[in-house]
Amino acid sequence: MAEAHMKVSDEVAISIRKMNKWYGAFHVLRDIDLTVNRGERIVICGPSGSGKSTLIRCINALEEHQKGTIEVDGITLSSDIKNIDKIRREVGMCFQHFNLFPHLTILENCTLAPIWVRKEPKREAEKTAMHFLEKVRIPDQANKYPGQLSGGQQQRVAIARSLCMKPRIMLFDEPTSALDPEMIKEVLDTMIELAEEGMTMLCVTHEMGFARQVANRVIFMDQGQIVEQNEPEEFFSNPKSDRTKLFLSQILGH
Amino acid sequence: MSDTHAQSVAFVRDTEIPASPPPVAQTGAVRWMRENLFSTWVNALLTVAALYAIYLIGVAILPWLINGVWTTPSLTACREVLQGKVGGCFSVLTERWNQLLFGFTYPSDQYWRPGIAFLLLFAAAAPVMFFKLPRKLLIITALYPFVAYYLIWGGTILTPVFALLGFVAGYAAYARLVKGSFALGIFAAVAVAALTWWIGGMITDAVAPAQPWLEEVPSRDMGGFMLNMILGVTCLSLSIPLGILLALGRQSNLPLIKAVCVVFIEFIRGVPLITLLFVANVVLAYFLPPGTSFDLILRVIIMITLFASAYIAEVIRGGLAALPKGQYEAGDSLGLDYPQAMRLIILPQALKISIPGIVNIAVGLFKDTTLVSVISMFDLVGMIRGPILASAEWNGVYWELFGFAALLFFVVCYGISKYSQWLERQLSTGHR
Amino acid sequence: MTTYTDPEKGGFHVSQLLSDTRYRAITFQVIVFILLSLVLWRLGSNLVTNLRTAGLTFSFGFLADTAGYDVGQTLIPYSSQSSNWQAAKVGILNTLLVAVLGCITATIFGVTAGVLRLSKNWIVSRLMAAYVEAFRNVPVLIWILIIYAIMTVSLPAPSAFRGETPDSTMLAGLFAFTNRGIYIPAPIWNAGSGIVAGVFVLSIAAVFAYRAYAKKQLFDSGRLLPMGWPSLLILFVPTIAAFFLLGRPVGLDIPALRGFNFAGGIKIGAPLIALWFALSIYTGAFIAENVRAGIQAVSQGQTEAAAALGLRPGRIMSLVILPQAMRVIIPPLISQYLNLTKNSSLAIAVGYADITATLGGITLNQTGRAIECVLLLMLFYLAISLTISGLMNIYNNSVRLKER
Repeated sequence: MAEAHMKVSDEVAISIRKMNKWYGAFHVLRDIDLTVNRGERIVICGPSGSGKSTLIRCINALEEHQKGTIEVDGITLSSDIKNIDKIRREVGMCFQHFNLFPHLTILENCTLAPIWVRKEPKREAEKTAMHFLEKVRIPDQANKYPGQLSGGQQQRVAIARSLCMKPRIMLFDEPTSALDPEMIKEVLDTMIELAEEGMTMLCVTHEMGFARQVANRVIFMDQGQIVEQNEPEEFFSNPKSDRTKLFLSQILGH
Repeated sequence: MSDTHAQSVAFVRDTEIPASPPPVAQTGAVRWMRENLFSTWVNALLTVAALYAIYLIGVAILPWLINGVWTTPSLTACREVLQGKVGGCFSVLTERWNQLLFGFTYPSDQYWRPGIAFLLLFAAAAPVMFFKLPRKLLIITALYPFVAYYLIWGGTILTPVFALLGFVAGYAAYARLVKGSFALGIFAAVAVAALTWWIGGMITDAVAPAQPWLEEVPSRDMGGFMLNMILGVTCLSLSIPLGILLALGRQSNLPLIKAVCVVFIEFIRGVPLITLLFVANVVLAYFLPPGTSFDLILRVIIMITLFASAYIAEVIRGGLAALPKGQYEAGDSLGLDYPQAMRLIILPQALKISIPGIVNIAVGLFKDTTLVSVISMFDLVGMIRGPILASAEWNGVYWELFGFAALLFFVVCYGISKYSQWLERQLSTGHR
Repeated sequence: MTTYTDPEKGGFHVSQLLSDTRYRAITFQVIVFILLSLVLWRLGSNLVTNLRTAGLTFSFGFLADTAGYDVGQTLIPYSSQSSNWQAAKVGILNTLLVAVLGCITATIFGVTAGVLRLSKNWIVSRLMAAYVEAFRNVPVLIWILIIYAIMTVSLPAPSAFRGETPDSTMLAGLFAFTNRGIYIPAPIWNAGSGIVAGVFVLSIAAVFAYRAYAKKQLFDSGRLLPMGWPSLLILFVPTIAAFFLLGRPVGLDIPALRGFNFAGGIKIGAPLIALWFALSIYTGAFIAENVRAGIQAVSQGQTEAAAALGLRPGRIMSLVILPQAMRVIIPPLISQYLNLTKNSSLAIAVGYADITATLGGITLNQTGRAIECVLLLMLFYLAISLTISGLMNIYNNSVRLKER
């Protein structure tokens, strides 16, 4: 892996300070502190229910946090709709279940938001969409409907759909968990390419091979807290916390 | 067993066993009857009972149909022809055909107008019902209300033309502004349309000819099956947009809007249609501005529309609830606002899921249009119970008339529900 | 709606009313509230003006006035000298009567047709399909009118039962089918009949006790007691024994022809029968579809799994299939009951004195109190609907599958 050109700048992309979130009385996220620099690729792992998905969903305001601050590209996330809109344009997101729009073709899926949110002319939006569909290697499926594609292809379309909004940060919420094993690789390959181009990425995943290969930081969460974070080499070979050790032994043990 | 066991350790088939027909007792009509009709003695008993029931119905109906008389001017004349034989006096249908279809006051030289409107209805409904047809045909559907209004009610052509112009101008304003903001687009559309109608109304009043091309027929002259069709089609098409708004309101997380929608929907669904028709008949007038007079048909259309919209709202709510949450989240994460997400992502999918349910509501609504006979409007049932059965010639011809009404409704409603079942299969097999 | 407490700095700007999620919701609701109030105020002021011009007031005083009309079928004492309120009560009871009777028979029709429609017997299932389609696709009003016409046109007048060789005879000497209605025997409760009734009630309780005991035996010792014939025995033997021991205290008042009409027994008027039968056979067609869908909704896999565990077909049905099918069937079944109750308002078309015909029909026309009558009418139906749907929600919550 060509680590050299996957540069991390000093510019801060996301900064989260003392962020807390509750679901009713349940404290899901506790005092989260996290700074992500531009170009950083972060993998977040942890047992289910540890709050890792909630954390990245807070970053683009799909979930609201109750205490603390989230700053994305210098914009502080507040209840102001304009701020939320600005942040959502900066931040792309891919979901576990792809969430493509089944009633629109692949191409329409990719051009919908550029046309209606970025107010791009349709022709231009289609050109951009085809560019990114080529990038994820499915330009020939552009006029099909999501239901006609395999899971792996759908997830790649979902990545292309996000990229069409020209985001500076990409969030991935377990992008490979709903895929059959033989399709995981094609999605991971796409994500690796994206990483090589210097995209800032936060990725919730259990693909530890992916973490080793592209992440420059791995974060382990448990019970709503960040328990441990480190460079992947160190994280996997020499985990500090007992909870991390237990978790790693469980997911790598078989 | 021991000899096969020796083989089963290692075995390679070297000869194919050809497929052979089943034993003789297992095939043919005998087997079918034994399996389907006489498998157990309970089953055999049921078969005999069913056959006997069919025999009874046949004995009752067949002579009545076969000996039917089609060409007499009155019941007494018909009885003379029959001379005591069992037979139907279907001549009431041929003699009162026009009254059954159009009511008894619609000008008889103008029957071709509702006739054409009825035929055009098929052309207008086809693009909505069959997705495979080219989308451009929807223009016929859009134009149909204005054409049908002009054909049935007549009067000056300027009225439907300006009504149409108002919609076109409103849509144009909406299309220009909607990309900027949905709310702005809607306000502009309403304002432009209202302005067009206002100007149009003044022009119509000023230049309307005394002798329009098509004679004007007042609403109170509508009757017969035509009235059922008018009420059914109008109320259904008006109640769908209203139902969508109510469904969205009920799903909203703004407590006031949600509460208003819930109260409205539950109230309407909790009372029988008849009470709403009473409202249209005797109460609504008290709530309208003093001095205005809406004709009864319009008041009935308002109430039936409100009635149907509450039921349609519940169907669409089911469609909305059936969509995975991920669709809303994907819209949010792409930065779409609420009107955009609803218009572009949620509603197109939710409506498609809801179509079979809406069609069922449509069947119920169409059947319910017969209730207007209770508030003495002369729809098909009202015509039969009123002018026809009360007339000296046909007093006492129940079976032929009610049988005809039942058959007419059966054909329409059965057709629609078959369509709904076909559509359901299409939706479940095709990719959505 | 949650709030972001920390990041907010600075004061409140008017623009936040539209751009801030915290205030925007309130802004919208205030706008809606104002618009709604305007509309309601306008309607209200129209109402006041119109009432004043018509010289009317809004009051329910007319309910105490004399009704001045007769009602064919009543469950409580009523004459034309009774008040409008009494007439309304007669109407309410008549509505409830036809609704309850209709629900019972509709269930019987519907369950029978629904089960038979799934029968492997080709003719029977076709016949049931024809029944369902014929009744679902024709307005219930037409069915009511047809059945009413059958009652009044095809059945003999009471006079046909007169004479040495009458044209018509009573069925089994007990029931008379006439065009004015059906006459059935009425039970006469003599002294001691209370004991017989008491014994019967006790027997019902004993059946349940026996079933609980049998179940306990099965769980405790694994002994399976017979259920069917002992239940029947417990149910009927003590009652019949008490009936004869006490010297037949319950008699029958058999209807008989007196003059031009039948007297004695119970008269079920032609309008009630037409309405009752039409509503139940119409609603039964819908219930049949619900029952069929409910049984089909339980997957084949459930039957196979139960069979693989060694359960016999009867027990598969009662322990595995029915409990699951009931979850699917009962909610639409109850909404069919609601529909039947609402459709019973069509009584007005055949002259059955339900609440719509008395309060919403004659009383309204005679007093001219349109708003008050229609309002009361709606409130009555609304109360029934809300009660039934409240019960249904309780049921739905109690049978909801426990799922993650």
